Amino acid sequence: MPSNRHIERYVAPIEETPVAAVDAVDETQKASSVWLDAWKDMRGRWLTWVCLVLIVVIVVVALVPGLFTGMNPAGSSCNLGKSLDPPSAGHPFGFNKQGCDVYTRILYGTRSSLIVGLVATVLATLIGAVIGAIAGYYGGWLDSVVSRLGDIFFAIPTVLGAIVVMQVVPWGRNAITLAITLAVFGWPQVARIMRGAVLSSKQADFVTASTALGVSRGRNLLRHVVPNSLAPVIVIATVSLGTFIVAEATLSFLGVGLPPETVSWGVDISDAQAVIRVAPNLLFYPAAALAVTVLSFLLLGDVVRDALDPKARARR
Amino acid sequence: MTQGTTMTQPSGIPGGTGETPLLQVRDLEVTFKTVNGDVPAVRGVSFDLFPGENLAIVGESGSGKSTTATAILDLLASNGRVSGGSALFDGKDLTKVSRKEMVRIRGREIGYVPQDPMSNLNPVWNIGFQVRETIEANSDLRGKAAKARAVEVLEEAGLTDPGSRMRQYPNQFSGGMRQRVLIGIGMSARPKLLVADEPTSALDVTVQRRILDHLATLTSEYGTSVMFITHDLGLAAERAERLVVMYKGQVVEYGDSKEILADPRHPYTQRLVAAAPSLASRRIQTQVEKSGVAADPLGDVEPVVQAAEAEAKPEALIKVTGVTKVYDIRTGGLKKTPFKAVDNVSFEVPKGTTMAIVGESGSGKSTIAKMFLKLEDITSGTMTFDGQDVGSWPRRKLLEFRRRVQPVFQDPYGTLDPMRSIGTSIAEPLVTHGIGTKASRQKTVRELLDQVSLPSSTANRYPGELSGGQRQRIAIARALALKPDVLVLDEAVSALDVLVQGQVLNLLAELQSELGLTYLFITHDLAVVRMVADHVTVMRQGQVVEAASTDEVFENPKEQYTRDLLEAIPGGDFVFGA
Amino acid sequence: MLWYIGRRLLQLIPVFFGATLLIYLMVFAMPGDPIAALFGDHPPAPAVIEQIRHEYHLDQPVIVQYLLWIGGVFKGDFGTTFTGQPVSAAMAQAFPITARLAVLALLFEGVIGILVGLWAGLRKGGILDNGALFVSLLLISVPTFVIGFVAQYLFGIKWHIIRTTVSSAAPWDELIVPALVLASVSLANILRLTRASVAENVGADFVRTATAKGLGRRRVIGVHILRNSLIPVVTYLGTDLGNLMVGAIVTEGIFNIHGVGGTVYRAVQTGDGPTVVSFVAIMVIIFMLANLLVDLLYAVLDPRIRYAK
Repeated sequence: MPSNRHIERYVAPIEETPVAAVDAVDETQKASSVWLDAWKDMRGRWLTWVCLVLIVVIVVVALVPGLFTGMNPAGSSCNLGKSLDPPSAGHPFGFNKQGCDVYTRILYGTRSSLIVGLVATVLATLIGAVIGAIAGYYGGWLDSVVSRLGDIFFAIPTVLGAIVVMQVVPWGRNAITLAITLAVFGWPQVARIMRGAVLSSKQADFVTASTALGVSRGRNLLRHVVPNSLAPVIVIATVSLGTFIVAEATLSFLGVGLPPETVSWGVDISDAQAVIRVAPNLLFYPAAALAVTVLSFLLLGDVVRDALDPKARARR
Repeated sequence: MTQGTTMTQPSGIPGGTGETPLLQVRDLEVTFKTVNGDVPAVRGVSFDLFPGENLAIVGESGSGKSTTATAILDLLASNGRVSGGSALFDGKDLTKVSRKEMVRIRGREIGYVPQDPMSNLNPVWNIGFQVRETIEANSDLRGKAAKARAVEVLEEAGLTDPGSRMRQYPNQFSGGMRQRVLIGIGMSARPKLLVADEPTSALDVTVQRRILDHLATLTSEYGTSVMFITHDLGLAAERAERLVVMYKGQVVEYGDSKEILADPRHPYTQRLVAAAPSLASRRIQTQVEKSGVAADPLGDVEPVVQAAEAEAKPEALIKVTGVTKVYDIRTGGLKKTPFKAVDNVSFEVPKGTTMAIVGESGSGKSTIAKMFLKLEDITSGTMTFDGQDVGSWPRRKLLEFRRRVQPVFQDPYGTLDPMRSIGTSIAEPLVTHGIGTKASRQKTVRELLDQVSLPSSTANRYPGELSGGQRQRIAIARALALKPDVLVLDEAVSALDVLVQGQVLNLLAELQSELGLTYLFITHDLAVVRMVADHVTVMRQGQVVEAASTDEVFENPKEQYTRDLLEAIPGGDFVFGA
Repeated sequence: MLWYIGRRLLQLIPVFFGATLLIYLMVFAMPGDPIAALFGDHPPAPAVIEQIRHEYHLDQPVIVQYLLWIGGVFKGDFGTTFTGQPVSAAMAQAFPITARLAVLALLFEGVIGILVGLWAGLRKGGILDNGALFVSLLLISVPTFVIGFVAQYLFGIKWHIIRTTVSSAAPWDELIVPALVLASVSLANILRLTRASVAENVGADFVRTATAKGLGRRRVIGVHILRNSLIPVVTYLGTDLGNLMVGAIVTEGIFNIHGVGGTVYRAVQTGDGPTVVSFVAIMVIIFMLANLLVDLLYAVLDPRIRYAK
């Protein structure tokens, strides 16, 4: 036991240490939902704006390429006499092997890549999210069956499966068939993520509270569990968009993607390989366009993920 | 009243033996860098700790007590730093020593026991490894000698069969065992000072007492001074000679612990002491009962001496008879073994009263609540509500049952949907049961918010902006929306700070007398039970140990387990604010 | 632990049959003549067509065809290629080369990805950390075949450091640049994953306790932060193998490496359907087995899985 030391007493002056009312609501702050908070976080970062501007430009180019160039990517505007010519006035990127203007081909190529990417992403996300949510929420044998089904598709890497399908299945090669193929092999990843998010969301007390109120299972899933599981799905959707665009380019390069008549970056890069020694810029421009597009979506995905994750926000 | 006495300058001799303090903290200041700029978390903190003495730093969450302790050991998060003041330990200023020197001091001279035993042990290394690396870092022992010492450390910490336990992993241990390991690690080099940050708050109350007693034995044997960080005033009174009370990053009172707690002078300390539940508390008497006038539930909690007995004995609204719940647990492999979570439990709850179901973890108290809420099936036995059997309640009438029996859960941060506004969450019961129009529901929401003393503008806010206590009050408002008969409160105040807890308990008492509610109050905290319950059922491992009125159980406990629980409460019989 | 392994194996069975059935159905159960599907515009000699018909039992119902085919797979008989060579022989020839390439690639992506990721995660913020992040995002955004072309052009044609194509013996030193190309996307992902994992673990409770115990900084980083951050990376490696396989097709195609990927590449170019299908089927089986191995490795690394209470 300690000595009989006298311990002095100190009481802080009340003016320096005012005591506030217990647990009062701060009415001065404006109300803010989760999405609004995330947006406020995003709009403060310059990266968000760079990505958004780039994406808007890319989408506009895809919709109306004619706005940015008067020429055609193939056919009438191509002149074999100008084959492989270097850049000149009005033709900032030079000419390809067929004598077509590279700049114009880049602009028109945006459309194919974006269509494939968007359609594949929308399909994969919808299918994956629905299946994953149902499997995670209802559990039991339904979950086992669905998870095995997902595993089966997941076991075949997306591009490998697409190679087999596009090589062998007699349904024609165009942006839509390619997109469907990519989605067919891409949905399990979304499903896994949604399932994981739903599994943890459904444990929350507010879900139990709703059940105790009398809310039906289905309504609980839709109104409470799903909205709280969306964050990781949104992130994987932006990432998937990027990877699907790259996948299309890879497949076109291999010869099983979009057909050579279609104007696409993948096809152009593939053609550029033969003439890389004499005209490396033919490789550079479509590759750069591809990289910039994918990069903006991936960066946007990162920004959104950071905005929705409270832990990441605290660290920045 | 000697308010405003300033600190005497550090001479180290506040009258007495002339020893120098082991730890001398002067005007310590800690700042955190956030997205909103620099935030001062701790300002102007000063105190002394002498060898052979224990000190407790007491405060609610956000008071800066943990930050002070981690700042002294340079364990702050990466965005925190000591921005002023000093912490002299054995002559060295800890805020200014080199990193190398700090590494040497940590473990060897100052030990640290953290709060949450699960997250504080590395899950991928076995226990022996984690103890051995401590020994090797703080001494010259290596190899076999280090291993032998590690076994010794675990044995000292109270673990049985330490030799084979060494090869096990943290997730194979119980919470109490993990905490013992952490204490062993903290004390392994026999440090002069041990910083214990809420060392037992994550544990059951009987385990807490054993571990704290054990810690006291160890520290007195080695002459280690302990600095306790805690929110529990009883623990501070019992285990520490000195007390530092912190509020919003500042010290508001400092001195002899028993003296302060018996005679608090700063208004904040007074509030804290008044709200602290202890065995000496009494049942909260609402103003309505006292004087027939409705009170402001946000006022300071004033436990009042109980009035005369109520009139005629009301009939049992809830009757539980021989209820058993068996779960099939998969114990690795394909086999499933039955596990009895609840075993032949019976009790009755008269209308308008509060029945507290008390027990430690694994007692089955939460399972009873879930069965009554029809969130789990009853394996055998009956539960009746208002004369009707809950288990076989007709499906068409299920909605009616739900309307009359509502829950409030423990975790305020999970109890509200973060994606929905407060107004929507409170109105959800009304929408589900098809009550009223949009306009009338909005009006009801405003009324409910008023009933729980929250401004009506709260309806437009989202849970993320509100504190734990506020969220819990909203959960109560939501539960009241359908004008239920019974509220099942499953550890509803356990996660709240003392003052907020007092506020919510007061609110619940007011609501009960105003609306004639019946409460099923599940908790592990016997001291809180004293303040809220009319009847108590003590449970242990699924069975009822003792059941009687609150006074009976507290003044004349019949079973040994009940007595153990009562004795285990830290500072149990200390009279606060006498 | 045994229970965990057993359950994994049990789960593998339906997936194995399901995936191989899926591939088989995609090829042989579509409307139209499978032979035309397999060969497209390049029909081989009639003798080969007959052999294919006989081999794949095309006169039988689809499910019987599949069972006969999968039975053959278990016996090691994967059918024949366009030129009549047994697929298993072609695979045996090509596999060691791809294995060397894969080992190098895994080495590069593992070592560089983890080390740079660790460093970036510890040192959050600042020019170098953001630079590393940006470069890794760039590597993910650019398709592997573009990186391959650029590498081939720069190292082979412009700077004359390497041969533009790899010789048929494919010795280790010639495989270095192709391995780097192959590893690039995976490296970027591992870097990001390690960085995120490390950044999270730096603030973890058990790391603070390790520091409080008196351990030096280096030990805390190596033994506690890094070790725990590796777990998600190992999990990732399983799915990453799929990317590596696709990348191998492209990389081996560009550098003319006679490995598994190169064979698939050439088969796709020449319209040799059966080879594509058989090789892809084998790659899928390898992918499944590798994932099983990764799952087991994960259990070794994380005792929580092994000794789940």
